[in-house]
Amino acid sequence: MSAGNVNTEALKHPGINLGEAHGEAHTQAEGVVFGFWVFLMSDFILFGLLFATYATMVDHTAGGPGPKALFDLKSISIETFALLLSSFTFGMASLNLKHGERRKPIILWLLATLMLGLIFLGLELHDFSSMIDKGAGPWRSGFLSAFFGLVPLHGLHVATASLWLIVMLVQMGVFGLTPRVKTRLLRLGLFWHFLDIIWVGIFSIVYLAGLS
Amino acid sequence: MTASDLWHLVFGRLGLQSLPFWDMIQHPTPSHIINGIIATGAAAVVVIGALVTVFLITKYRKWGVLWSDWLTSVDHKKIGIMYIVLAFVMLARALIEALLIRTQQADGLNGGFLSADHFAQLFSTHGTIMIFFMAMPFLIGLINFVMPQQIGARDVSFPMMNSISLGLTAAGAALVMVSLVLGKFETGGWTAYPPYTEAAFNPGPGVDYWIWAIALSSIGTTMTGINFAVTIYKKRAPGMTLFRMPLFTWTALCTAILMIFAMPPLTAVSLMLALDRYLDFHFFTNGMGGNMMNFANLFWLFGHPEVYILILPAFGVYSEVFSTFSGKRLYGYTSLVYATMAIAVLSFTVWLHHFFTMGQSANINAVFGLLTMIIGIPTGVKIYDWLLTMYQGRVRFTVPLIYALAFSVLFVLGGLSGVLLANPSIDFQVHNSLFLVAHFHNMLIPGLLFGMLAGYHFWFPKAFGFRLDERWGRLSAYLWISGFILAFFPLYALGLMGMTRRTVSYFDPAYTPWMLVAEVGALVLTAALTTLVIQLIVSIRERKANAVPVGDPWDGRSLEWAIAAPSPEWNFPVIPTVTDRDPFAVAKAQHTAYQSPPAYEDITLPTNSAMGMIICVVGGLLGFALVWHMWWLAILSALAVPVAVIAKSFDTRTEKVIPAAEVRQQHQAWLAQARQETPISRQLETSPDNHGLADNTIAEAST
Amino acid sequence: MKSGSRAHCHRGKTVRRIAVTILTLLALSVLYDDAWALPVSSFLEPAGPVAAAQKNHFIWVTLITLIVVLPAIILTPYLAWRYRYGAKKVAYKPKWAFSWLFEILIWGVPTIIVLILSVPLWNSTHQLDPYHPLASTQKPLHIEVIGLDWKWLFIYPDEGIATVGEMAVPVGRPIALDLTTDTVMQSFWIPALGGQIYAMPGMRTKLQLLADRPGQFRGLNSQFNGMGFEHQQFLTVSLKDDAFKNWVQQVKSRGIPLNTGRYGTLNKQSTRAESFAALGTPAMPQDILYFSSVPPNFFQQVIARYRSGHPLPPGDQPGTKAHGGHSTPSPNGKTGLGT
Repeated sequence: MSAGNVNTEALKHPGINLGEAHGEAHTQAEGVVFGFWVFLMSDFILFGLLFATYATMVDHTAGGPGPKALFDLKSISIETFALLLSSFTFGMASLNLKHGERRKPIILWLLATLMLGLIFLGLELHDFSSMIDKGAGPWRSGFLSAFFGLVPLHGLHVATASLWLIVMLVQMGVFGLTPRVKTRLLRLGLFWHFLDIIWVGIFSIVYLAGLS
Repeated sequence: MTASDLWHLVFGRLGLQSLPFWDMIQHPTPSHIINGIIATGAAAVVVIGALVTVFLITKYRKWGVLWSDWLTSVDHKKIGIMYIVLAFVMLARALIEALLIRTQQADGLNGGFLSADHFAQLFSTHGTIMIFFMAMPFLIGLINFVMPQQIGARDVSFPMMNSISLGLTAAGAALVMVSLVLGKFETGGWTAYPPYTEAAFNPGPGVDYWIWAIALSSIGTTMTGINFAVTIYKKRAPGMTLFRMPLFTWTALCTAILMIFAMPPLTAVSLMLALDRYLDFHFFTNGMGGNMMNFANLFWLFGHPEVYILILPAFGVYSEVFSTFSGKRLYGYTSLVYATMAIAVLSFTVWLHHFFTMGQSANINAVFGLLTMIIGIPTGVKIYDWLLTMYQGRVRFTVPLIYALAFSVLFVLGGLSGVLLANPSIDFQVHNSLFLVAHFHNMLIPGLLFGMLAGYHFWFPKAFGFRLDERWGRLSAYLWISGFILAFFPLYALGLMGMTRRTVSYFDPAYTPWMLVAEVGALVLTAALTTLVIQLIVSIRERKANAVPVGDPWDGRSLEWAIAAPSPEWNFPVIPTVTDRDPFAVAKAQHTAYQSPPAYEDITLPTNSAMGMIICVVGGLLGFALVWHMWWLAILSALAVPVAVIAKSFDTRTEKVIPAAEVRQQHQAWLAQARQETPISRQLETSPDNHGLADNTIAEAST
Repeated sequence: MKSGSRAHCHRGKTVRRIAVTILTLLALSVLYDDAWALPVSSFLEPAGPVAAAQKNHFIWVTLITLIVVLPAIILTPYLAWRYRYGAKKVAYKPKWAFSWLFEILIWGVPTIIVLILSVPLWNSTHQLDPYHPLASTQKPLHIEVIGLDWKWLFIYPDEGIATVGEMAVPVGRPIALDLTTDTVMQSFWIPALGGQIYAMPGMRTKLQLLADRPGQFRGLNSQFNGMGFEHQQFLTVSLKDDAFKNWVQQVKSRGIPLNTGRYGTLNKQSTRAESFAALGTPAMPQDILYFSSVPPNFFQQVIARYRSGHPLPPGDQPGTKAHGGHSTPSPNGKTGLGT
């Protein structure tokens, strides 16, 4: 067997610029990134199940407050805006990763992303605590259990992604833009956009449908 | 702060009452003493077993070897072997439990010797262990060991994650073992249906042991599924198209896909039950808007695909076994692949048949009943494909083939009872009865377990370089087969006589004779496991006589047989190029096997990693701390996970390079040995003359 | 060689002895059935149209499925032996791996069998739907069933009575059951009359049965629900019309009123025998409770309690330790039927 006749262009990962000399790195990136897609698929199932559970329990308010009494559209809109904007800023970071050679713009875009992520988390925590203040904690009803099973799970994912982002900022400083750091950033980007998609689902199914 | 407060702060709700002999001391009635002795004995076996293991390792100074060659190894072969060792240990425990269950019921007319509580723990741990800590580790271990070698790869795609998966599974298994010593296990069966398992009804640590054991192993298995699927998609040798993959690899792929999609429901449902119990959520509670029917749906959304996660790899083993020991290509390869895929897809569409009796409309029940029967079609096709593989072949009755033949006969009977259960109107009469118990044991013992044991005998020489003793193997196989028949066919009758599962005693004397027969079966099954252990000891003793260093003891057909036994660390000195199905059989026929490659290259392999062990320990501690409400330990171990992962991500020394010269030297030595050996005809297959070089002139002559 | 053959002979004797023992046991089990005259507990001895249809369906599905199952059972040893390694004069085609004829057969036959089986599956599922009222000229007898740990409470709302441990039904008249539990999930099952259905707290499920001959049949819970699970059995008695009316009168005259206090005792974790010890009177049959009157809408109130939106304090949840009773009944307490 020989690797010579394999078209190295075809093996290059489209989302990443690892340089001409790293044919092997491209091949490896392919497996790692594909693996991450598969993980996202599995994670998507997890969210799908919680969405389904929420859908079956949305009416099980057990005499407690329902969606209309609890959701604050203003706060939700800002959260949504922050998260959608963070996807854009991460997209800019990814573009710089693919086409640029310099670390600085990437770091700046990533910092913007992190800030937006933290704003989202802060607002979300505030939402939760004001719900609990109203006596609407998960122990109040099946509906609220399903809500607190689904929405904070997304929040936990965003928190994990933010931690990951911080680690990547450090690694860019320590290692520079090595192929390993690049594929990790690529996966983090996938994760970040994935969480945005989940949020769009939460926004429409939990909040918009709940308030309509 | 009082001493008791301090105790609670440090040890949570752990106390003297958590010890297995406490009940017996507090209430020394005959019944409590009998149950106390059994429970204490079991705990003692766990503790003494652990101590003896530690002592022996220390005495023979094997800690270093154990650590660097095994526990921290990321080699897929070693991880596979460790999974199978775990499976055998857990099999021994769960089989002893089965024997106790059978003995109790044989004596169970109006009483028996076990308390209801003890009995309930036995059937709950038996089921939990057999599914999650025997069957799953066994098949994952087998796939881990075999699949990369079958596709011509040097390892799985994510070797360290593989080790972490093993760590998580082992941590889950450890929790179940610890529950023998400290506290009690769950009593609501392996499915742990709420509301019975809610905090209101069962506040003790038992359900929590179940939750965390399941959650740990479920997360580990999800990662395994991702790992296997990516490996098969991305790491096949050049020329190994999907439709040239050996059937075992196909079933591994389908199983991996099922794991990716079916394990999340289990993770979700176990964590939701945990939220109910720990944080007063109302997913499945009585009242407050909880709904236990969601648990049934989510659990079986996992549970039914799980059935096929279990059975498909066994189907893969049977495909290899029938073809190899018939000296023939597998009949209907394409058919088998499509049948496997069809089963995998359909397995997601039938979960509701586990609760036809929950009050759905007749339309829903009928649709799910029909879909269930449709799964029978591809399964039936597979059986006939294997029979046609024997047709016009030359069948050798080795141990794996004996298992395969028994499977073929017994499994279709399980299929028959399965078709019956698929009919909602019949299911209403046999649901929750011993008929159902007989059915799924009929699928899982001849299906899964025989398949795994066949695979164990088949690939053992590849793993360790010597064959397992054939005579003990046959005896063991006959005992497994007859033990199964004796233990489970009476259960069909009992189910039709209206006997429910999970009943500690009964009041109908007509059940007793059948129960006695089943008890004999359980004893025979215990003897079967014993002979398997004896076989291993005998085989290790006679390893020199039974050595097969050339690596092809069975006239194998796929790539794993084309390398030395035991396989080199890097599997393939040079990655092979594949041009056909059964590549090694083709190479042998064309006399292109055992040839020197034009050149050798340096081989890059992943270095050892302690991550698997760290996650195992930390995960196990997290589970234990949560079970006993030791919050400080729970927080510490929960924090340790991201810390370890982040620390590891800064480690750049993840690969080592084996120089080409070393690879060449080893490979040439092996080739020289292969040239020296005489090819062995299949008649001498099970004799010490077999050194792993096969003579296949007959196969050539009669084409 | 000699010792080997003796060992073989000895082994033969042992095998024979085991075989004889097993056969004796099997024969005994058949005899037991008659000799002990226990209540019927199998749908293979049906006492009503539902169970009879299930039995019939069971037999037909078995026979039709055997069309694909039997050949596999016969062909496996046949092919393995005929094409065994040492066999002389049989073809050996190591590369033969496909045939359209076989392919069509192995996919076609199972498919046809499934198609054939799907018709009775669909029809029987609808005909024997536990929610589907049984065809009859008579008005169904309505019984409300509440599952408790570890006994069933039967309420006859139209007759105004309730029982524990004995459910009498009139022969030939459909019985419409409504079911719920006041504890964990259970499954209600009278094999000789018809299939089972889950009973769940806060929910109502339904079951339709009919007894077409007088007799005694075992009823039970098949869903494990704790340490007295095996005791949760009851006697179903089907009686001719007059006898049934008489039975209702008996319950009224020999029973005690069911009230909140007595229900509070009844719904604690306990076996039927233990409940009888607490509530029974000498006028009642052994281990069977008769209630001469039932508060109105009792069944509905049990369901409604789980839908009130107010959390149930631990002490108000039957089936828990906090609510009282024995979480573990005495291990050798006997609650056999028909004794």
